[in-house]
Amino acid sequence: MKVTLWGTRGSLGSAGAQTAEYGGDTSAVEVRGNDDSLLVLDAGSGVRRLGEGAAGLARVDVLLTHLHMDHVQGLGFFGPLFDPEVETHLWGPASATSTLHERITRYLSPPLFPIPLRDLPRVEIHDVAPGPFTVGEFTVEADLVCHPGGTLGYRLTHDGSTLAYLPDHEPALGVRDFPRESAWTSGFDLASGADLLIHDAQYTESEYEDHVGWGHSSMDHAIAFARLAGVGRLVSFHHDPGHSDQMLEELASEIRRREDLPFEFVPGKEGTTFHLD
Amino acid sequence: MPAGRAQQPIEIILLRQWASYIAIPTWIVDTNGDLIYYNEPAESILGAKFEDMGPINSAELARRFVTTAEDGSPIRAEELPIVVAVNECRPDHLRIRILGLDGASRLINVSAFPIEGQSGRHLGAVAMFWEVPDE
Repeated sequence: MKVTLWGTRGSLGSAGAQTAEYGGDTSAVEVRGNDDSLLVLDAGSGVRRLGEGAAGLARVDVLLTHLHMDHVQGLGFFGPLFDPEVETHLWGPASATSTLHERITRYLSPPLFPIPLRDLPRVEIHDVAPGPFTVGEFTVEADLVCHPGGTLGYRLTHDGSTLAYLPDHEPALGVRDFPRESAWTSGFDLASGADLLIHDAQYTESEYEDHVGWGHSSMDHAIAFARLAGVGRLVSFHHDPGHSDQMLEELASEIRRREDLPFEFVPGKEGTTFHLD
Repeated sequence: MPAGRAQQPIEIILLRQWASYIAIPTWIVDTNGDLIYYNEPAESILGAKFEDMGPINSAELARRFVTTAEDGSPIRAEELPIVVAVNECRPDHLRIRILGLDGASRLINVSAFPIEGQSGRHLGAVAMFWEVPDE
């Protein structure tokens, strides 16, 4: 499994000189299998450039964790969606009140977008309930996680390697002494023992105090969650749009200096590729 | 706990966290009717701390917490609001008498409703109760 980060920013894109190293595009992750099959995790603005590498494929699958703008705003600029030679499958959280098709249409339709969803050539939309399913050579486990609205995390397994993707996640919400036991920790099953965990780490500790209930983690909570889940490697993700490259470097350095980590810690940067064997 | 999982469903996790913050006695059962949590306000009615009791299966629950109708007459387990909520997936309300683990008999109003997750997942039930003065 080859995993490439195309957008690691959360909430709002933040292009500029101060974010050039970590990147300013919002959440988008490319996952490739042995036969070069393509699975995309979220469609933030980073998915536009990701899509440029999809030429020649007959099928692309996009797994959306939820429909907040920073995770879907790239859909309208994702090349395969407009290519009649490509079968694009969109997967996303089910809702008790409306289909995923109806909810995506709220964005991909006027006045928010000039081209309605119904005009796209070959799109199939799948409402995902918690549980396992198969996409090509990948086994996918989806589960609801602690984030406002119905938000999924995904666990991908391929050839014995496991990737856990929880880009928007606040496992410490309401937990006075986080982390508690694993049975009572949101996202634990998805992340347990994963070779690579991509996890929300938007806030510093002091920032988190002013953002409790917003659905995101502090870096310390992400570290604690990864430790509880026993992952092999943690990639911090969903960087706050106000965090410059310098600040992210300082945060990472402090983590490495302060913590005795049982896993590798990698602050998520656009363009980084991981090979999971 | 759902089969094959190490973790409670997120809806139950959030429900427990919410219950831990509110002042209304609350207890939560899973789809088997096993008690998986009750909050601190409930402890004064039930007569024991949850951290001392831990989770209790449904059979043991009936043995430990003896419940009767308001007038003290027997009541079938199936009539209890929490059991209705779990088994019939609908809300229910009843005034009952409960014998706490501290030996005290208390008259309580109980409202229970099922926890239904997205995609038709039945996850358990929650009961909220409060003591009423014995007349």
